[in-house]
Amino acid sequence: MIRTAVTILRKDLAIELRTKESVPAMALFSVTVFVLFHFGLDRDTLDGELASGVLWVTLLLATVIAVSRLFAAEREQGGIEGLLLAPIDRTSLFLAKAAALFLYLLLLELVAVPAFGLLLLGPGLGGALPELVLILLLADVGLAAVGALVAALAAETRARELVVPLLLLPLLVPLLIAGASATEPLLRVAQEAEDLGRWLVLLSLYDLVFVLLSVAVFDFLLED
Amino acid sequence: MAGTEPALELDGLERRYGERVALTDVSLRLDPGQTLAVFGSNGAGKTTLLRVLATLLRPHAGEARVLGSALPEEAWRVRGQIGYLGHEPLLYRDLSGRENLAYHARLHGAPRERVAELLAEVGMERRADGRVRDLSRGMVQRLAAARALLHDPPVLLLDEPRANLDPAGAELLEPLIGRGSGRTRVLVTHAVEAGLAEADVALGLRGGRQAFARAAGEVTALQARELYGQ
Repeated sequence: MIRTAVTILRKDLAIELRTKESVPAMALFSVTVFVLFHFGLDRDTLDGELASGVLWVTLLLATVIAVSRLFAAEREQGGIEGLLLAPIDRTSLFLAKAAALFLYLLLLELVAVPAFGLLLLGPGLGGALPELVLILLLADVGLAAVGALVAALAAETRARELVVPLLLLPLLVPLLIAGASATEPLLRVAQEAEDLGRWLVLLSLYDLVFVLLSVAVFDFLLED
Repeated sequence: MAGTEPALELDGLERRYGERVALTDVSLRLDPGQTLAVFGSNGAGKTTLLRVLATLLRPHAGEARVLGSALPEEAWRVRGQIGYLGHEPLLYRDLSGRENLAYHARLHGAPRERVAELLAEVGMERRADGRVRDLSRGMVQRLAAARALLHDPPVLLLDEPRANLDPAGAELLEPLIGRGSGRTRVLVTHAVEAGLAEADVALGLRGGRQAFARAAGEVTALQARELYGQ
């Protein structure tokens, strides 16, 4: 199953490298939203709750772009039938799609977080970077699991551009709350020692629940 | 072939799309190595039949067995034994022909050498490294045939397999997907005379219903053409 997942993932990454359809669009979208917030809020810098909220909402909206495109090649080029005809465990398709989305999110954050720091953030991230990386990594696992599940659900629907945000964003509310709450102390002007433990536990639980749920139901989503 | 397990066995097969019946009460038997030619006008249920046999659609009533495995219960077993060449090539346009075949070979657990071997057999060695989107439809069809044959399937499901092929391309594919391939074949075609000539069993479909299913030698071209209102 892992070998099949790696095969599908390598194919997805090769297509993304050639078409550059998802990651550049996500990164450009994020930077554009930061610029819009910069002018819309009429503030040169943000900190604390507002900064955390802006960062997380932007990242989640950028995720919608990747989720909408996650099954594009399968849908538009008959790839899904090619996969369904192969004697493979279909969970491998979920693992591949979730892994691809996880990597896209990492690449997005490599661009979006520094851009956020430059365009909007008042206090520097300074010593809070390791904690922020940990929060983002935990959130990315959950985003990848839920995103792959929603992408598969929406793949065969006609109005998938509507279905993806309508399904995805409500499912991401717990992740947004935990992510934004965990990040907020890191973005205060005066950083204080704060216990991130409960938010990291919540993010981990969210990851666990949605990874297990996705593995359990993914096979049925692909059934005729 | 009496006594051997049939390659294909249908008994009262039915498939619906919502309320619309696409295929109903289709029954036949095909022995290993034989060819079934399927005739019928557009919307008669030919492609639906192929997709049920390919495990892409579940039957809603009746029984379907491919190489002794029941559908849909043993679909996973059937998948490794069928080669499906339908309307869509099932190739990624942004990958090269070689990359596409290598990808499908890995999914099917076929040896890597099989890719080069098939590219040579379908005459696509020299164009194998260009993106599929830059190839002509005939070339894409040759690659699609190679894709369907990667795992050396004993059963081929072919939907107008010679569409888009020039005479040279059709000649190249003949030993691979033609009667001489020795494989059990289900061939959907509108070419009545040619279809009957290469078939052992002929199935005529009209509005999803079986108009005839008998030895190809017992079906005249006129009877088959009647399905098309000719």
